[in-house]
Amino acid sequence: MKPAAFDYHRPNSVAEALDLLARLDDAKVIAGGQSLMAMMNYRYIAPENLIDINRIAALAEITEEGGNLRIGAMVRQRDAQDSPLLRARAPLMIEALDLIGHLQTRNRGTIGGSLAHLDPAAELPAVFSAHDAVLHLASANGAREVPIGGWSQGFMAPDLEPDELLTAIAFSPWPAGHGHAFLELARRHGDFALAGAAALITLDRQGRIDRAAIALTGVDMGPVRLDAAEAMLAGQVPGAELIAAAAQCADRVAGIEDVHASRDYRRRIAVVYTRRALELASQRAASGAGR
Amino acid sequence: MNEPLGISLRVNGDAVTRSVEPRLTLADFLRHELSLTGTHIGCEHGVCGACTVLLDGRSVRSCLMLAVQADGCAVTTVEGLTPAEGLSPLQQAFADNHGLQCGYCTPGILCTLSEYLDINPNPSEGEIREALSGNLCRCTGYQGIVDAALAYVRSAQ
Repeated sequence: MKPAAFDYHRPNSVAEALDLLARLDDAKVIAGGQSLMAMMNYRYIAPENLIDINRIAALAEITEEGGNLRIGAMVRQRDAQDSPLLRARAPLMIEALDLIGHLQTRNRGTIGGSLAHLDPAAELPAVFSAHDAVLHLASANGAREVPIGGWSQGFMAPDLEPDELLTAIAFSPWPAGHGHAFLELARRHGDFALAGAAALITLDRQGRIDRAAIALTGVDMGPVRLDAAEAMLAGQVPGAELIAAAAQCADRVAGIEDVHASRDYRRRIAVVYTRRALELASQRAASGAGR
Repeated sequence: MNEPLGISLRVNGDAVTRSVEPRLTLADFLRHELSLTGTHIGCEHGVCGACTVLLDGRSVRSCLMLAVQADGCAVTTVEGLTPAEGLSPLQQAFADNHGLQCGYCTPGILCTLSEYLDINPNPSEGEIREALSGNLCRCTGYQGIVDAALAYVRSAQ
């Protein structure tokens, strides 16, 4: 179908966008539009006002400051894939980006759009969860920061007020030489994953796990951190038995189900993919592949 | 509400200026305002890839974009990929290898491949299949489509 009528606004600065968000009723922000336009074409939603942030250059920057990576909300997934900075500092994100949709959707789709849309099977929220990222929000009344752990408030419901704009996401990259892996099960390349796992690992000089982070996608409303598994791994030498036992923690996630897969099947997949992601991340950490 | 807005862009190299409703998608703009009916509309929600065009050289789904968003951009459609006489080498490879049956998905596939083969001029069969994962063909002609792309890659070496 075709979208219902709306008023179109194209601010050139963040301040202008925030002013529009404060003034206008029933306004939706459009970034890459790869989910929003589909929902508007279907008339699942019919906002009175559409605020197009595609021309705000300040929202499309990737910077490193004081050891922190900051990715603007309007950075396109394709540009993130091509970013030398992200390739060097956040290989987990690069591996996940390759699994998001298709070349044509990554050419438009944005980092911030994926976070604000918050599909339960989205890859990027799990990547940012593993990285303990912080979301930067702004409104006409000021700025606010939300840790990724508190971002999901329910099904496709981020902690974002109607007058707020997601401006950037920031995180501290892991040290050079860390191991990473993002693996997911999808019926076809680019489909929404039934479940997926993101893993980060660093080893100490004795080959013991110094730090591990594991986040799942597709199994709950938002990304799920496996704190219990991380605690099991800390200080241990990664081996098949230990990793299998840690991966079993994925079986205790509440789980969601839909026409594509049952709750039990998703949990089963989550266990298998957590194990594989931990194996790959620890192999890479051991060989210093991330260096 | 929905008042027409002026836009100026380049389409297949020609300067175009029009006044359009904000809710008009780029796909409908190309077909109905410019009569460039080579861009096909399949699903209108970003799944089938039939409406793929090049926006500033990058493949995009024109059903998931508004015409007003293309203001100031350069758009290339399948008409723009086609020489004045005959077929382009990639199009000829499709004709030679049964790369199309009904032809509905073909313009989107040609646009996708023309960007992809610029990025990766020597892809494997698996890479071609992955690159075309966002373009659906319902004549079940993928084998011929992949053969056509591989034949083009070999001939361009």
